[in-house]
Amino acid sequence: MKVGLDVGSTTIKCVVMNDADQILYSTYERHYSHILEKSEELLRRMAKDYVPGGRALFSISGSAGMGMADSVGVPFVQEVFATRVAANKLIPGTDVIIELGGEDAKILFLTNGMEVRMNGSCAGGTGAFIDQMATLLKMSADEMDAAAQKACKTYTIASRCGVFAKSDVQPLINQGARAEDIAASIYQAVVNQTIAGLAQGRPIRGQVLYLGGPLTFSRVLRDSFDKTLGVQGLCPENSLLFVAMGAAFYSDTEFDLAEVADRLQKTGASMSYRSQPPLFASEEEYEAFKARHAKATVPRVPFGTDYSAPVHIGIDSGSTTVKMVVMDEDGRILFTDYRPNLGNPVPLIKLVLEQIYAAHPALHVASVTTTGYGEDLAKAAFHADYGVVETVAHFTAARHFLPDVDFIIDIGGQDMKCFKIEDGAISNIFLNEACSSGCGSFLQTFAQALGYDVKEFAKLGLFAERPVDLGSRCTVFMNSSVKQAQKDGATIENISAGLSISVVKNAIYKVIRASSPEELGRSIVVQGGTFYNEAVLRAFEKEMGVNVIRPDIAGLMGAYGAALYGKGKAEAGRTSTLLNRETLAAFTQETKSELCGRCGNNCQLTVNTFADGQTLISGNRCDRPVTGKADSGERNLYEYKRKLILGYKPVKGPRGKIGMPLCLNFWELYPFWYTFFTRLGFAVVHSPLSSRDLYLKGQGTIPSDTACFPAKLAHGHIQFLAGLGLDAIFYPCMTYNIDEGLGQNHYNCPVVAYYPEVLNGNCPELQSTKFIYDYVGIHRPKDFVGKMDGILAKYFSGISRKEVQEASDAAYAEYAQHMALIRAEGQRIIDSARAEGRRIIVLAGRPYHVDPEVNHGIDTLITRFGAAVITEDSISDRVEKFRTSVLNQWTYHSRLYAAAKYCTTQSDMDLVQLVSFGCGVDAITTDETREILQEGGKLYTQLKIDEITNLGAVRIRLRSLFAALDEQDEKRKNEEA
Amino acid sequence: MEFTYPRFTPDMKKTHKLLIPNMAPVQFRILAAAMEHEGYQVELLGNCGSQVAEQGLKYVHNDTCYPALLVIGQFLDALNSGKYDLDHTALIITQTGGGCRASNYIFLLRKALHKAGYGNIPVLSLNFSGLEKDSSLPMTVPFARMLLAAIYYGDLLVSLKAQTMPYEVHGGDAAAMQDKWLNVICDKVRAGKGYSDREMKAAMPKIAADFAAIPVRRTPKVKVGVVGEIYVKYSPLGNNDLEKFLATQDCEVNLPGLMGFVQYCAYNFSETARLYGGSFFEMHESAVILKFIAGMEKTIIKALRDNGYHAPLSFEELTKLPDGVIGMGDKMGEGWLLTAEMIELVRAGYENIICAQPFGCLPNHICGKGMINKIRELYPQSNITPIDYDPSATRVNQENRIKLMLAVARERLASPSTPAPESTEETPAEVGAQTANV
Repeated sequence: MKVGLDVGSTTIKCVVMNDADQILYSTYERHYSHILEKSEELLRRMAKDYVPGGRALFSISGSAGMGMADSVGVPFVQEVFATRVAANKLIPGTDVIIELGGEDAKILFLTNGMEVRMNGSCAGGTGAFIDQMATLLKMSADEMDAAAQKACKTYTIASRCGVFAKSDVQPLINQGARAEDIAASIYQAVVNQTIAGLAQGRPIRGQVLYLGGPLTFSRVLRDSFDKTLGVQGLCPENSLLFVAMGAAFYSDTEFDLAEVADRLQKTGASMSYRSQPPLFASEEEYEAFKARHAKATVPRVPFGTDYSAPVHIGIDSGSTTVKMVVMDEDGRILFTDYRPNLGNPVPLIKLVLEQIYAAHPALHVASVTTTGYGEDLAKAAFHADYGVVETVAHFTAARHFLPDVDFIIDIGGQDMKCFKIEDGAISNIFLNEACSSGCGSFLQTFAQALGYDVKEFAKLGLFAERPVDLGSRCTVFMNSSVKQAQKDGATIENISAGLSISVVKNAIYKVIRASSPEELGRSIVVQGGTFYNEAVLRAFEKEMGVNVIRPDIAGLMGAYGAALYGKGKAEAGRTSTLLNRETLAAFTQETKSELCGRCGNNCQLTVNTFADGQTLISGNRCDRPVTGKADSGERNLYEYKRKLILGYKPVKGPRGKIGMPLCLNFWELYPFWYTFFTRLGFAVVHSPLSSRDLYLKGQGTIPSDTACFPAKLAHGHIQFLAGLGLDAIFYPCMTYNIDEGLGQNHYNCPVVAYYPEVLNGNCPELQSTKFIYDYVGIHRPKDFVGKMDGILAKYFSGISRKEVQEASDAAYAEYAQHMALIRAEGQRIIDSARAEGRRIIVLAGRPYHVDPEVNHGIDTLITRFGAAVITEDSISDRVEKFRTSVLNQWTYHSRLYAAAKYCTTQSDMDLVQLVSFGCGVDAITTDETREILQEGGKLYTQLKIDEITNLGAVRIRLRSLFAALDEQDEKRKNEEA
Repeated sequence: MEFTYPRFTPDMKKTHKLLIPNMAPVQFRILAAAMEHEGYQVELLGNCGSQVAEQGLKYVHNDTCYPALLVIGQFLDALNSGKYDLDHTALIITQTGGGCRASNYIFLLRKALHKAGYGNIPVLSLNFSGLEKDSSLPMTVPFARMLLAAIYYGDLLVSLKAQTMPYEVHGGDAAAMQDKWLNVICDKVRAGKGYSDREMKAAMPKIAADFAAIPVRRTPKVKVGVVGEIYVKYSPLGNNDLEKFLATQDCEVNLPGLMGFVQYCAYNFSETARLYGGSFFEMHESAVILKFIAGMEKTIIKALRDNGYHAPLSFEELTKLPDGVIGMGDKMGEGWLLTAEMIELVRAGYENIICAQPFGCLPNHICGKGMINKIRELYPQSNITPIDYDPSATRVNQENRIKLMLAVARERLASPSTPAPESTEETPAEVGAQTANV
């Protein structure tokens, strides 16, 4: 008899086999994190019913089984290894195994050099990810699969990590995209993630085996893999049990199963995990806490049937919920509504409005204001009077509550917003970056995964004695921390408390980056639905060491603030433009999705058409589908830079054809190298502007999935160039950049400096093309000629030193001219913006942030808000070298500091920093830039970008910035008057 | 932004205690002794635990690399402990001066100290790049020689213990021997002895012979090499006690020496001039330093070889390995050295390699993870797994990955004739037999 036990992250599997390897018994069950109890129970069940005598060869496998196996002295088999053992035995001839589990994704190459690949610690779980997405769509996993079978199209969803994907999916839901299409897109995202993250260039061919829960249960997922890989994969019998069977095959030591169960029981009793102090030391402390918070209430008045005084309505269409507040002229609340948006907020808002109309025949609506993710949609659909960016709505509400509020933190379903208030205006905004979102809905998803309702789950934690310490990073990391804690025997109570504390730590240390409570202010208002959770509220107070105000309408503050905003805007006696009873009754909404096709961006548009024929277009990067006119780009230095680079056309060259990838530093150095090689008699071509397609084509050869997106794009460019039949591809390694005299050194960052090495080592297509990636220093023009002469001699014959000298002179001149043009155009844009009274935004990044695939059209977005956009390198020469509190040693970043410094001297100029996800250098530059700006009395705004394509959060951030700037200006004007 | 920070003035040597972050425990103990001989009062920090990372997270940008969080967290945790007279405490930190983020640690440390209310604590920089002229550890030739000797003694002890312990008949023999010699060497160094060429030539073979005398049973074991970002490679705090974990997995571990990094830094100086141009001094300085070290290198290699131990290649040999894989111009972080070490390990039979780095480590995208495919292509027997370290990356995930690598390694150990097994050719029965041996 052989027994194999596979303890995974969400399920537990067990097989009993006889000596002829026939399965006598098997089971596949969710363990809801009761790993020890469940394992113990299974072992007892088998000992009693399926294993005569209770003794069998036994081993344990699975990601959650390792520590457990050690603690009870049973051999552990690494799960991928177990899979391999089982596959070799049961399905000989298998070439590749793709196994997706609760949180792990694995690819096993069995033939032509065995290799195993597992997902990196950042990639998030796939099964858990699908579950999370299904929850978001309000479907079960089965329903999602069924829905996906009816899909007509797929959307692009960031496949890098679950949290990112979520921020892609949520807006699609909010925009009213079809659930069927979203479902299919989610499966496709899993496929892309698996292939990009794990195959890393190694082709998946031959007999492919699909194993694990998600692949067993979802036909669409299997089909998506088949289609993408161009194979006909097989999902064998017992596909869920391969690991358990492998463990059984592997087992060579006999155990008394009941005795192992006893040992498990004992281990469970000895808890050992990292814990922190309890939330409440006593029942009394809890009562005092409750009493204190019960005082923060908003006055309410009855909303009678005959109510006829003017009312103001605020609608907050958030990421997962819709909230509505009706209040009177004195800000007293008449009516509130709070409900999940079920994927489409419009019918719900309609329903609530109808109910209000029906219940109050004499209703006089004075104003309706919408806010939140669905602000535009709700405003257009129901003809609301005003729309207000959610940050301003929240501030308005908090200020009404606590006039001297100096800090607001709002933790909602998916986003976290914090603002600091100085002198009555928002002085700083912190929004969670795509990587640490999750927050409220994360708690909810977790609660559900563990089999609890979120409220019940949170309550469990209040009196936990030893809350688990889960750290303060991305929620994906938390998943595995929880796994570990469970393994170490943490109770559900302690996990619940630990999760609440983590949410708070994330907010404080990750989003706000505060190091002391004093830094945040003394009058703090906390809001957002997540703060109804008393464990989170308590954890926040404890972590910050201050008592805070949580209004009783914590979850409605956006809607309440919107209503207040409307009241402030509407003149007395006004009647709202809201749809009246009749038009509301006849209201319809039709949603369709189409490709724009008006330019190369080819945006995925979502078009909502309402009963009165009005349409709302979303998903567009520019106003062309709305206004029919193309953006001229005249207020956008990014556009100008693109034009300059794309203006270099290849000319015929007798010496051959050289290609250069339009990525990373070539976005700045192309004029230099183009001129250099053109002068030498080469035809010089570059790869096209990056695109999604280009990226996907190259993604298979990316060896490090945590490198920044601009670097990963390089693989697509190389792939493209390699297909052109060129004489050579030129992309040199460059430790140093040009010394512009702004810092203590003039390095490139390690990725920009040496990425050609990675391409050479990982792109098989380079084997057929000459790849010149020597180390070159353009920072020493005098040495450059001699060094370059030597390098060229390695690849080409007959190029004289004199020619190199001339080409080099021309190249340096062209580069200087290029930079001068940028500065001149920057000045022109500044001048014309000033003449027109526009704001000037320094969109500061690195040269490659000009790439539209990298910046996702943020430059255009800013100009659509009416501002002018210039670059950091157009103004960095306007300040003298100055001391920074960090080592100022990278050329590109020296420009950033200089630009920030210059901004502080210009009243109409503000800086927005673009940061690529995974840019380690920016962990240092962002803090420094923030400090430079704040010292000069400026707001700091950071936009973190990755392959993620949704601009929703970016838009909020920019609108908040503009709102805060407007408010500052207004204040200044009032003070002057 | 700029704020003022205190300098470490020469008179503080007498009045201040210098705290040293613990990176490579064995080497750093001897280095600390060398500093004591030089007249400094030092303490090698041993504090660890979750509060170290917590302090780091609190005062350093969370996306900064893990070593910065840990080093700075360890300092702050020590200062918070109440064990030190804060008016007479100073900190010392190394600074490589390359294009990687690590050159910024000292600035981040000062920023963190400032934020945490320790703005009065001076920080001393240990660097060879001429950075921090007013706050760097003053260097003399004898002192430099003593530091180099300290590193080599440390490297020797680490290597000897690693090659003995897995095979020792009486558990604990090798560790005890290492302890014994560590004490002897520290005492000598503190007294200003033991670091001359003559003394090293006398001591090193004796040490090696002592280890060789430990009773062992040499059975084939999985041989694992560890390379990576320097801090997480060596520091048990940074790598979740990786060496200890590997020991429990019945492996022999090869942690390439710390001196390699010193030589690498020295080498790059002239290599940079060679690649991009530079003065006569720049062109030749590396050779002078490397020659200075080469004498000691011969002694350690000979001591190991003569006593039947595996010895690392000389640095000169090492510089030949990356040819065709990575350029010698890659000098940020561990740069080409990391790639060279992986190749050296594979060729020396340590084909199972853990490439350890902080999550998001920039240089390792290139010289670590970026080179694995290439190395695998050239040496199909290599079995390399990259492991990321991070304040929240859990040990279970890391160990799981390592176990997977080890499972493959054990299988190969059991059937050495097929370095890259072709599973299609195996019959199920053979597989069963093979795995049963594992």
